[in-house]
Amino acid sequence: MTKFHMNRRGILKGAGAGLVTLATPHFFTKGAWAQDFCNNPTGGTVTFGLNLPLTGTYAEEGADELKAYELAIKHLNGEGDGGLLNVLKPSALKGNGILGKKVEFVTSDSQTLSDVARAGATRMIERDNAIMITGGSSSGEAIAVQSLCQEMGIIFMAGLTHSNDTTGKDKRRYGFRHFFNAYQSGIAIAPVIGEAYGNDRRAYHLTADYTWGWTQEESIKAATEALGWETVAAVRTPLGAGDYSQFLTPVLNSGADVLILNHYGNDMVNSLTQAVQFGMRDRQANGKQFEIVVPLFSELMAKGAGENIKGIFGTSNWHWALEDEGSQAFTKSFGAAYGSPPSQAAHTAYVQALLYADAVERAGTFYPPEVIKALEGFEFDGMGNGPTLYRAEDHQCMKSVLVVRGNENPTSQFDVLDVVQEVSRETTTYDPSIFGGELGSAEPVPQCT
Amino acid sequence: MTSSMSRNDIILFAGFAAVVLLLPILATPFGAAYPDLLQRFMIFGIFAIGFNILFGLTGYLSFGHAAFFGVGSYAAMWSFKLLSLNAVPALLFALIVSGIFALAIGYVSLRRSGIYFSILTLAFAQMCYNLAYSVLTPITNGETGLRMAMSDPRYLDRMFFDAAPGMPVPSLFGMSLGGWNGFYFSAFFLLATFFLAMRISNSPFGLMLKGIKSNQNRMNYTGFNTRPYTLSAFVISGMLAGLAGALLVVTDPLAGAERMRWTASGEVVLMTILGGVGTLVGPVLGAWIIKYFENIFSSFNANVLNSFYSFLPDGVREVAVTISSKFVGEGWHLSLGLVFVLIVVFLPGGIMEGARRIAAWFGRMGNGSKRASEARAQPAE
Amino acid sequence: MFEVIFLQFLNGLDKGSAYALIALGLTIVFGTLGVVNFAHGALFMLGCFCAVAFRRLLTLETVTIDPEKLSPWGQPLQVREPLVQAWFGDFGAILVNYSVPLSLLLTVPVMLLVGVAMERGLIKFFYKRPHAEQILVTFGLAIVIGELVKAFFGPNPHPQPMPTDLRGAADIGAWLGMRAGVITYPLWRLIYFLFAVSIIGAVFAFLQFTTFGMVVRAGMADRETVGILGIDIDRRFTIMFGIAAVVAGMAGVMYTPLLPPNYTLGMDFLVISFVVVVVGGMGSLPGAVTAGFLLGILQSFASMTQVKAIFPGIDQIIIYLVAVVILLVRPRGLMGRRGVMEA
Repeated sequence: MTKFHMNRRGILKGAGAGLVTLATPHFFTKGAWAQDFCNNPTGGTVTFGLNLPLTGTYAEEGADELKAYELAIKHLNGEGDGGLLNVLKPSALKGNGILGKKVEFVTSDSQTLSDVARAGATRMIERDNAIMITGGSSSGEAIAVQSLCQEMGIIFMAGLTHSNDTTGKDKRRYGFRHFFNAYQSGIAIAPVIGEAYGNDRRAYHLTADYTWGWTQEESIKAATEALGWETVAAVRTPLGAGDYSQFLTPVLNSGADVLILNHYGNDMVNSLTQAVQFGMRDRQANGKQFEIVVPLFSELMAKGAGENIKGIFGTSNWHWALEDEGSQAFTKSFGAAYGSPPSQAAHTAYVQALLYADAVERAGTFYPPEVIKALEGFEFDGMGNGPTLYRAEDHQCMKSVLVVRGNENPTSQFDVLDVVQEVSRETTTYDPSIFGGELGSAEPVPQCT
Repeated sequence: MTSSMSRNDIILFAGFAAVVLLLPILATPFGAAYPDLLQRFMIFGIFAIGFNILFGLTGYLSFGHAAFFGVGSYAAMWSFKLLSLNAVPALLFALIVSGIFALAIGYVSLRRSGIYFSILTLAFAQMCYNLAYSVLTPITNGETGLRMAMSDPRYLDRMFFDAAPGMPVPSLFGMSLGGWNGFYFSAFFLLATFFLAMRISNSPFGLMLKGIKSNQNRMNYTGFNTRPYTLSAFVISGMLAGLAGALLVVTDPLAGAERMRWTASGEVVLMTILGGVGTLVGPVLGAWIIKYFENIFSSFNANVLNSFYSFLPDGVREVAVTISSKFVGEGWHLSLGLVFVLIVVFLPGGIMEGARRIAAWFGRMGNGSKRASEARAQPAE
Repeated sequence: MFEVIFLQFLNGLDKGSAYALIALGLTIVFGTLGVVNFAHGALFMLGCFCAVAFRRLLTLETVTIDPEKLSPWGQPLQVREPLVQAWFGDFGAILVNYSVPLSLLLTVPVMLLVGVAMERGLIKFFYKRPHAEQILVTFGLAIVIGELVKAFFGPNPHPQPMPTDLRGAADIGAWLGMRAGVITYPLWRLIYFLFAVSIIGAVFAFLQFTTFGMVVRAGMADRETVGILGIDIDRRFTIMFGIAAVVAGMAGVMYTPLLPPNYTLGMDFLVISFVVVVVGGMGSLPGAVTAGFLLGILQSFASMTQVKAIFPGIDQIIIYLVAVVILLVRPRGLMGRRGVMEA
């Protein structure tokens, strides 16, 4: 017995349009017949849907991503200095749009909320005919939009998202992530802090009480315990608590000598600032200097934490001071356009836009299954993280990861981070099967209106 | 409840139904005619009508209605995961679960009135939200939100069918509920809710609730126990919120904790006040306006503004774009706040009161001009 | 174990200080004018931004472009020179260092003005209208104030460094003759607690011992009779609104080194401060202060691992749980009067 399955078009075609559809006038579906897949660009332009947090906790990341997308779109259309178009290897980009169509964009304010992000993405797909959705600055948002895009048959190029789940148990065939993840942070940072602080340490974790925090806590715990560290306690803190003092006081007499803050965004700025006020960086514990580690932070957060970030270890996806050709080109191009160096969020956004465009050029069509094929297993170089692989198994980019440290003597307000080490792609590569998940089908579901 | 509908009611309902069903055409000039937004118009319309049954009729201001909305979402999602992809059991299950929640929270909260009631509901909703985000993650999937998976058991479906290939999507007896189908499906429930609200407001039960609003003490002195009435209103209102939450999951299969936060509860208050508290159509209008602001106003970026002001000379255009960008795009909250303050100050009855005043004004104008023309006509005689 | 509990208690007092200060202002407004002010959190946030603005003024810089040197992103290097230091030398540096406490000088007049303007411009039209409408209009106002701050200062938090001399932790254990390093607590948080206590004391003394305060208290008890006596009670109540705004603003200023302010701070504090006021009893000043400290202490203890092991998630809901229990057991809060705010 097979399931009675009928899609919307089938219903409209059939006689049984009654029931709930009442009387759907046929012109609502105008164009549905002309296109063989969702939002097939038939005119002279093609539209990107930028789903960005322009208000809310991650607003600054969102604003920086928007600048990067605008720059990328200019470069794709052959305006400006071309940016990374000139250094991407191999590249099928011609600087005349994508497949000869001029790139345009629409935006949506996701407010860093999953519900709003989904509504915005749907608007850009259903109303504005976006061929691809990209952006975002939190993992909850990325995972929510990614599964939506799978249902709609629209490719999603994730922006800043660091949770293991995005390309782990919640991975999707239509979702791609250039940014690194918590597991890779753990692999990268453990040897560095082991070397700096010794192998005989007692760590106290404060963890944001939601999925991203948990995956990062788990990854960092595993990596540091492998070094020989002991975990004294792992305490969960409410998201957006603001004042963390009630969680910091118990750290003082807990016998721990390292505090690991699994917080992100403003939460991290607050908890770090307050930890420093508690004198944790001037403390001695177990005969050693007390240390604070923040496994993931961005330059925007470092700016927010100001003085307190000096000397603190963390990891980053990318940094503008990298010496390679691609990073230099991007920093120059972005700096010339906006007067400040780009953040890692901006970098990942820019690269994702270019990679999508390049995949379309190589596929020779916007038809998503072909574009997905072109992206899966794509090996490229010149985008700032060395030779990079878009892994077919989980759509996670395999590339080098940076271990960074708060700059002790910043020369300008942007010079807040030092790159301590570039951990190679070989080291940070892991077996995709450890996180499970299922990519799902590449065939688009004909749900798009 | 036996009283038949008056002629005015029938006209009102027919007019409302016509507007709702024709929205795909009517909303086109506003750039809002796409399924997702119109689905939200329907869903938040239901939410606001439900809220108004409590606040508008009894005067009890709940600041925690988002909890029922969220509970309805989670319940519907679990029905999709455990029972069936069919929307009917999901909606029933959501109604039952949110009804139980509303009964429990309402029973406790209604022991107090005034701002104490508001704070109690707020406290319960915040507890639900905080727990859903953290320790209840096995049930709610925390920040990531609860979604369907191919490996879900769906016992009811499996008894009758083989699993269909591809990602599971909610359906109505095999008909997919995405896109326009989802819109008409939710529109059906909005109309049903509207009808229910209309009947309640005209029924003896509704009159009793209004009596409680105007003077609860007097009602009590007459030896009347008002609690069962307010509690019924609270439960109906909570169940409608649960229905709205479930419909949101039906049309967009994801259930997250954010929709239970106090700001979400505040939003439905804003919707109701904006449109006109205590009126039938007002809350729906308010919901539509806020969702329109959130989805359309927020998308006016610098590009859009530049092309909007393209008729202006360069310098003037830049000034115009800079000023307007503070109010649209990421500044849309500012416009919303200003509109809201103005409404509360000058039109406590919301947009509906505004509409009434304008109608009355036109009526006077109409009469006036008639009289004027008569007056002018007179000398010619 | 003693030091752990003692520290947690201390932390509760420190957390409670902010709650008590905000709740105090809210209660002043409610007790005098009978208005439920949902924009009170926004006043706290405005106070924070007084500190931000003051520091901005102090750190105004001249920017000269040095075309010889290039920044790493290929733009001419900007050389920045702070004006205050250029004009006043070392004294300027001290001014910048102490910008947070000094900005109180700016905050008091500004917040007084804001408070009076708010009362005269908007709130006074709502005395006779239902509490629900007061809540709604002030809620809308809170959104507008937050968004205006965002339009001027951007959405991101603005860290305010505390004076260098007051940084780090104080060794309280050593003061009390215990082993050094056992009981240490951030110096600024101790200052904040003392600051809160003195502000609260000042407000109470003002109401208790000045003629102005006496009239206001009389007006709170029976507005009409005081009016009949020929006293312009409205003007005094307006000033009380201003004072409430000043208390909120000063609480905000001193809070900035602990929590970098951004435009959502007002809303973040709104819910909690209302819970505090209601738990304390609407309109009761001692109730608000007691409830503030009580909830701070309970929140602090609920966050301990030992407690959370028994009640998972208790730290997330403790405040609301306490509010529910108190409202059910003592319907009008800890010290509230009967019949206030129930319609």
